This record gives sequence, structure tokens and C-alpha cells, in this order.
Amino acid sequence: MQPIHLAWVDYTILLAYVIFVLGIGWALARYMKSSTDFLITRRSIPTWVTGLAFISANLGALELVGMAASGAKYGIATAHFYWVGAIPAMIFLAVFMMPFYYGSKARSVPEYLQMRFNKPVMGLNAVGFAVMTLFASGISMNALAKLLNQLLGWNYHFALFVCSGVVLIYVLKGGLTSAIYTEVLQFFMIVLGFAPVVYLGLKDVGGWSAMTDRLHVVAQDPMALDLNTKSFAPDAWTSAWKPLLGGPSANPMGVDVFAIVFGLGFVLSFGYWCTNFLVVQRAMAAKNMTAARNTPIVAAIPKMLFPALVILPGMLAVALTAMPAKDYRIPPPIIAPEAYAQAVAAVESASPADSAAAVKAVAEALGKKVNADKIAALVASNAANKLTDDQIKQGVYNSVAEYDYDSVIFSLVKKYCPAGLLGLALTALLASFMSGMAGNVTAFNTVWTYNLYQAFFVPGKSDEHYFWMGKFITVVGIGASIACAYFARQYNNAMDIIQLVFGFVNAPVFATFLLGMFWKRTTSIGAFLGLFGGIAASTVFHAFSIAHGNLPGVKGGYLGVKIEFPSEMAQNFWLATFAFLACFVLTLAISLATSRTKTDEQLKGLVYSLTPKIKSENEPVWQRPAVAGVVLLIACVILNLIFW
Amino acid sequence: MGLDIRWPIGLMFTLIGALLMIMGMATGADARSLNININLWWGLVLLVFGVLMLLGAVRGRKNPPAN
Repeated sequence: MQPIHLAWVDYTILLAYVIFVLGIGWALARYMKSSTDFLITRRSIPTWVTGLAFISANLGALELVGMAASGAKYGIATAHFYWVGAIPAMIFLAVFMMPFYYGSKARSVPEYLQMRFNKPVMGLNAVGFAVMTLFASGISMNALAKLLNQLLGWNYHFALFVCSGVVLIYVLKGGLTSAIYTEVLQFFMIVLGFAPVVYLGLKDVGGWSAMTDRLHVVAQDPMALDLNTKSFAPDAWTSAWKPLLGGPSANPMGVDVFAIVFGLGFVLSFGYWCTNFLVVQRAMAAKNMTAARNTPIVAAIPKMLFPALVILPGMLAVALTAMPAKDYRIPPPIIAPEAYAQAVAAVESASPADSAAAVKAVAEALGKKVNADKIAALVASNAANKLTDDQIKQGVYNSVAEYDYDSVIFSLVKKYCPAGLLGLALTALLASFMSGMAGNVTAFNTVWTYNLYQAFFVPGKSDEHYFWMGKFITVVGIGASIACAYFARQYNNAMDIIQLVFGFVNAPVFATFLLGMFWKRTTSIGAFLGLFGGIAASTVFHAFSIAHGNLPGVKGGYLGVKIEFPSEMAQNFWLATFAFLACFVLTLAISLATSRTKTDEQLKGLVYSLTPKIKSENEPVWQRPAVAGVVLLIACVILNLIFW
Repeated sequence: MGLDIRWPIGLMFTLIGALLMIMGMATGADARSLNININLWWGLVLLVFGVLMLLGAVRGRKNPPAN
């Protein structure tokens, strides 16, 4: 895509946003008097704030960009990541797990593990989390800097350092509170920034039914648009469950129902939402137990509705691409100008009689697949009346038969937004990156300061010392994120490797928490070896499995391919299932074989059977977490039925 | 903790909403946005949202929370 030009009004909106987030940091600086203030907050934040921060910390730009991309590739089935892969877990966290996180007065999720088991288990979780969270931050920052570079022509390094710098300042000044407050601001920015684009897209397409009609046509012949190599039933893009029932070959995702429900819906979903300190930290900052339990519930409401904001654009993009009158197509991958020049030359020197050679030459020049008919037409047109270089280049651009799905959301912004709204959408994108980065940094600095530094390296110092360390490690953390960003930039495979590691570490972890919280017989040795074994099981499963169409290597199967899956997503979901079961079984077996090291009294408040039931704090019925949770689950089921 | 977040949110969206409305009035409907003066209308939405937030903050100041 050619770079977008911003007007003064767009820059003003961007500047206003930056000034306000910095201002929030400044306004909170005077309340930062201790390490607790800085790293944990004074636990006095209203529920609506912690709830929106909870969802905002999770809503990084990778999600905005990625969900639109998936919406284009898979249609409404992408909503499974929300309605199956998030809501149930969030409600479970609210009703069943927050009492232990909040009631134990643990300062972090790993610290709960220390109280429940021992330091080694805590350490394993803390190290895994710390490393993951820095890499997550880095990948996000790299994607942002690249995007700003491609869209606006900003210098990559400038974009990276300036955005990191802004986050560094407001987190250093106001700590976790600053991160939480700015996350709420960013949430509204994201919703209000992208909603108009979705509205305009829907209007342009002619409404919801016009879009679904078009998608029905596309689903039966995706090859016409080079979207897929198979054809599906008409409802493949517009129906979330029916295509799954037909098995992996009947839906674009290539998965079956079990993989979605157990792999995604249970293991990966609960593994993330229930144990990832990035989000749980926001709930732990709530003002009392009811507020803490209601935080994920409050967060679940916008989460349920987000598919309309983030997935719909992807579906609209496909519908628009399939409507020739709209003069829109999902952008092709970025190709160097030199490659285009070569391709243009190939077209000019080609003869209409031998268009196959021309097609081959162009494809080679670009390094991408091209649409043979379009190239043939271009060559013929050039032979009939000599076209200008630009016209040929445009024709070549239109014939590239591969898509850069990650550009979908911004191609729609570019298409519909005049100056003004453009600045708003761009600021919304920036806001989503910053909220993700700030979330990662604040989770990292807490886990480092309390669970690694204080627990293992330098215990027993004054609070002032840890306060200083909290601030110091914030700077180091951002620096490390920047380093990770450069690493991700350098190695194309970096994203794949890092996602892999996330999978290995995340998949088994929920088994550890589940057994720890709900079974008092779980021993520390069992927990440690089970978690370790689960991570090892992930690695082994990955080494012996591959997805159809991938070569052995980073994607798996490097020790020999024993299982082949129809798609990468299927491989991920089954890996998660396997790792979870391995961790669960190992933890269970080893716990039964070893003796407990903690008495019932020591485990009070940490295990379900040893904790008194929470007495109602006389809040109205609709504010009771269990009641609200059930209502939301029903709403979620209704949504699933509507898009059945 | 000392800062009611509704103030900065309200203020920011009121300002941005006003800015977009001015832009909308100055430039009129754009072909890109399907000939709707989207800056004007969406600017109005943001302005109203910002003002509602500010009203919430003012009410919050009058009735301080129990904690």
C-alpha cells in the first residue's frame, strides 16, 4: 500500500492523546510512595475501571490486526476465539478463582503458587511468565513500528523508540495505576476509533444480508478470489458451528469440533484467562472481593460484542473484494519497488501470443503467485495501446494472487476515512499497542521485583529498595522489549518461535492451577514435576507433528513426522490438549505418590475445600458474580445459536 | 486513587469531538466516506460521550465514594 498522508488535524488528535496519557502519569506521580503503590496499586480502583482495563490489557494491536485478518480468512468462525475461547474462562475466573487470588493477598499469580506450593513451583511459573511477557511486548512493538513505517513512512527506529518512550514515561511516573487508567482511556479510543470504519464498510457493502449473500458465493468458489484452494458449503464464512461439524475439510480453519471446544475452549482459553498475570493483575487491583470477582464479568460484556468491531471488518473486506464495482481488494503482500520494476519490464517485453511465459516471468520477478488471466489481459492491453509504466504497475499489483491479511483493517481505514477520522483511527491503533505494552511491562516489573528479585536474589531489604528496583526494572523491561522487537524484526521465524514457546508454557499451566485450587492433596513435588513434564510434553508433541503443507523445522516435525494435521490451528489445539492432559496426569499421579508438606490449616484460603464460602456483602442480586456469570453465559450461548 | 479517570477521558473526547466537528463543518462530506459528513456526525458522538463522562466526574466529586 502506498503511504497515507496525514493532515494537521490527524496529527493534532494524535498529539492530544499522547498529552493526555502522559498527563495521567504525571497526575498520579505524587501518590507513588511505596513499592506497593507503584507495583500493585492501593486496591481502591472502581470495578468499571478494573473491568475495562482487564479487557484493554488483552486487546493489543496484534489482536485488532489479527482478528480482522482471521475474519477474512475464516469468517464468523473466528468468533470462537471470543465466544468459546474467552467468555467461559473469564466467568470461571470471576466466580471460582478470584477468591483465591484476591483472598490470599498474593501480590501476583506466581506468588499464589508460592503460598500454595513452594518457591520452585513459583519460580518455574515466574520465569516462564517473565520471558513470555517481554517477548510478547517486543513482537507487538515490532509490528507497530513496521506498520507505521509502511503506512505513514515513519522511520522504524523513530517509531519504536518514541512509542516505547511514551509508555516508559507514564508507567515510570504513575506505576500500575497509571497503566490501568490509561488502558481505560485506550479502550474507549479503540472502540470509538474503529466503530465508524465498520459502520461505513457495512453501509458500503449494502447491509448485513448483502454481505452474507456475497460470502455465500465466495464460500462455494474461493479459488476465484485466490482465497483458498478448496471450496466449501455456502455458509462456511457466515456460520460458526455448522462447518465445523463437517470435519476439518469442511471449513477454512481446518479444525473439528473437539479441537475447538477442548483445545481452544478449555485448555488454551482457561490457560490464558485464568492464569495470565497480565490480565489477572487488573482484577487483583480491585477495591474489594466482590469488585475483584466482578472485574472479569464486567470485562466479558464488551468482549462478547467485540466480534462486531474486529472480526466484521475482515468479512466485509472479503465481500468487498468479491464485488468488482467497489474497486477494492484485500491488499497484496508488500513487494519491493525493484521487483515491480522487473515485472513491468517483463510485461512490456512480452507478446500476447505467449502469455504463459509472461505470467511465469512476472511471477518470478515478484516472487509471488499471480493471476494468469489478469496478466494475459494486461499484456494484450499493452500490446493494443501502449500503457504507461504506472498503469502496468497497477495492473501487476491487481494481479497478485496472494493476500496480506494483516493489512485488512488498515486498508479499510484508508478507504473510508477522510482527514480527521483518519487521525482518530490511527490514534486508536497506537492506543491499542500502547495498552498492550504497558500491560506487559507492569506485569513484568511486579513479577520480577517480588517473585524473582526479592524471593531468590535479594530478600529482606527495605521497601524503599524494592520501590527503586521496581522503577529500575521498568526501564530495563522496556529496553529488553525493544531488544526483542529488533530480534523479531531480524528473524522472520521469530514470531513463529515465540508463539511456539508461549504454547509450550501456557498449555499445561492451567492443569497446575486447577489441581492446586480444587484438590488439597496436590503436593508441591507433584505440581513442579507435573508442570515441567507438561512443558516437556508440549515440546515432544511438537517435534513429532506437522500441519499439512508445512515443512519440518520451526513448524514442527523435526524429529520425524508421526502425526499430520489438516492445519496449523488444529496442530496447536491438539498440542494444547496433549500438554494439558500430560501435566494433569503427572501432577495427579506424583501427588498421590508423595506426601503432603502443608497442613490443612496452612492451606486455608488457598484451596476450595478449605476455604469458607464467601458471604454475600449485601450487594444487589445482579451484582453477585455467580448470578451475573450465569446471565452472561446464557447471552453467550444465544450468540452462538444466532450464528450457528 | 486521587484521580477520577472520568476527567481526562471526558476532557479528551470533548476536545477531539469538537475538533472533528469543526473539521467536518469546514470540509463537508467526503466521497471516501460515502458522501456522509462523517467527521461532523462522529465528532458529535464523541463530544456527547465526552460531556457525559465529565458529568459523571462532576457527580463523583459531589458524592465521594464510601472508601
